[in-house]
Amino acid sequence: MFKYVKQLTSLVAMVAVLFAFTTETMAAKKSKTLKNTQKKGFVRCGVSQGLPGFSNADAAGNWTGVDVDVCRAVAAAVLGDANKVKFTPLSAKERFTALTSGEIDILSRNTTWTLSRDADIGLTFVGVNFYDGQGFMVRKDSGITSTSQFKNGISACTNIGTTTELNMRDFFNSKGISYEPVAFEKADEVVAAYDSGRCDTYTTDKSGLAAQRTKMTNPDDHIVLPETISKEPLGPVVRQGDAVWEDIVRWSLNVMIEAEEYGINSANADMMKTSENPQIKRLVGSEGELGAAFGLDNDWSLRIIKQVGNYGESYKRNIADTGILPDRGPNQIWTKGGLLYVPPAR
Amino acid sequence: MKLKKLLPQLLTLLFIVLIFGFFTMNAQENMDTRGIEFGFGFLTQEASFDIQFSLIDYDGSHSYARAYLVGLLNTLLVAFIGIILATLLGLIVGVARLSPNYLIRKTASFYIEFFRNVPLLLQIFFWYFAALRALPMPQDATMILGSSFMTIKGLYTPAPIWTNFDVFFTTLVAALFLIFFFVKFAKKKQEQEGKQLPVLMISLAIFLGLPLLTFLVGGVDLSFSFPELRKMSQSSYTFDGGMGIPPELIALTLALTLYTATFIAENVRAGIQGIGKGQKEAAASIGLTPSQVLKLVIMPQALRIIIPPTTNQYLNLTKNSSLAAAIAYPDLVLVFAGTAMMQTGKAIEIVGITMATYLTISIAISLLMNWYNQRIAIKEK
Repeated sequence: MFKYVKQLTSLVAMVAVLFAFTTETMAAKKSKTLKNTQKKGFVRCGVSQGLPGFSNADAAGNWTGVDVDVCRAVAAAVLGDANKVKFTPLSAKERFTALTSGEIDILSRNTTWTLSRDADIGLTFVGVNFYDGQGFMVRKDSGITSTSQFKNGISACTNIGTTTELNMRDFFNSKGISYEPVAFEKADEVVAAYDSGRCDTYTTDKSGLAAQRTKMTNPDDHIVLPETISKEPLGPVVRQGDAVWEDIVRWSLNVMIEAEEYGINSANADMMKTSENPQIKRLVGSEGELGAAFGLDNDWSLRIIKQVGNYGESYKRNIADTGILPDRGPNQIWTKGGLLYVPPAR
Repeated sequence: MKLKKLLPQLLTLLFIVLIFGFFTMNAQENMDTRGIEFGFGFLTQEASFDIQFSLIDYDGSHSYARAYLVGLLNTLLVAFIGIILATLLGLIVGVARLSPNYLIRKTASFYIEFFRNVPLLLQIFFWYFAALRALPMPQDATMILGSSFMTIKGLYTPAPIWTNFDVFFTTLVAALFLIFFFVKFAKKKQEQEGKQLPVLMISLAIFLGLPLLTFLVGGVDLSFSFPELRKMSQSSYTFDGGMGIPPELIALTLALTLYTATFIAENVRAGIQGIGKGQKEAAASIGLTPSQVLKLVIMPQALRIIIPPTTNQYLNLTKNSSLAAAIAYPDLVLVFAGTAMMQTGKAIEIVGITMATYLTISIAISLLMNWYNQRIAIKEK
């Protein structure tokens, strides 16, 4: 038996070593994350393993998407260069552990803001960069046009470790329909399994469905049903315990949204410095000392707008022009009837 | 002198304690900073997610602890089936590898070289995404073996419906005990009187006859519910009734079996070749038939060479079953270290429990195999 005690001890020691590599001591005093980021010279950003429109890498390894742009905005603000970002592709399952263990500093990976995630697991959501909701995709030839036509025994493909898994249960239970959940670790495998006929429906956030549809063998054979079964406010997440870093990420996103609200874009940002409107002048850094609060210079917001663009530019470039969701729907500025309403940067 | 012996050990122990203490403190501090609490209270909370395939009664209203049990049983199921099939296949291929027949010998070695040298994950993907995906949709499936359907959504077979199953089961266990004592008796008789009883035939008769008798006198009855095709929408169908075996389980079992069997086959071949030629010739010269030679002389000795490395393969198969996560088979890793970990955020606790579980399974298999190995080892007199 002593042999096993010995084995156990060595195992415990190994666990400890592994654990040590994935964590790093982080004091809550000043923004250690900001200091580390500036020392390293790049922002460490966790993204998806490939979701067109949100975070997707091309053949040359260039990342694009609205989630990617949040990290680029932070890089522009703290490092002066939107390209100084190191992207780490993460599965839904890995994402929070990667953030809490210190492997990445921002998680910008179409992640739903929920109470338990915000309060329970050492994370802080800093805002919403996409208002989404869960939907269903089915094959066109099934003749199904509404979730009310779902029948007992339907098999549904999805990802593990997502709110989708929980919403799906609530939905089918409330309708009294028995179903077979088939949950994969990676999105590509979900697509492959659904595409081959393993499942009758594919469920995830509607933006995700629209994006993944483009990956199907024959995208036109599939439709996304009109019903939305949940609220999915997606946004960037940071580790709990570094309030300054949290503020930097939050306001980098807010600047992009507010810039669109005031009509500032990457092309006219420099000219806006001499605007009459004090709020515009504050956003491009020609009035006030907004950057000082984070320990940044006063051009931080101007760099975001010039290098990454405002929210509308980012949306158009990544989601509208790629044909994923041409209609902005709720992801429109509040003054134009959308939900994007951010606190004023002043 | 004694101190000189003890000192290095004490130092090592101290070192380990220090390291472990440091990392525990480090983890504690980090978790405090991020407001994460350590604890196992989450196990009794409602899991609120469903699992595709479960051997016990489970739905999302059960606790995380029960979800853990579902995952554990699914892991044990695939390991159990895999070990049995891999052993059988490995034994056959291992013997075939030494066959005097050129074609059989070459086929066996080709199979071994091929499946042993392709990464397991790739094989799992192949069986799941390539091979099983070529199967028909439920409505196009042709009936196999009279009443089963092999489709892209799984294998649908008739499900047995028992009445008085407990009576049948008790009789089955009793029959096994009876056979055990009969074999002992037959061996004794042979040693004392030199008479050989037809052990296999009589054992088989007990094994089949006794349980069958319960159908006549014990009120046991067996009927089947057959899978029936049902239309769900214009293009999708499913089966009602019967028993559905998910394609994820089939693909995983296939891949694990075919991969592990190659290693077991090599162990079997090594074991047989490890027995001196003289043994075989001596056995033949006293008039034993070739099958008796294999059964009474070669195999008992070869097993001593075969068992230890095969134990490793059993352990490997069990641990490799965690690759299930890639193809959505709800094993321990997918259900517990996957979904449950995500929903609760209790990474340290859940990874700890999962590792302890695999360790326990592995140690249990080792102990069992070591016990068997000692039993068949040469007893020095």
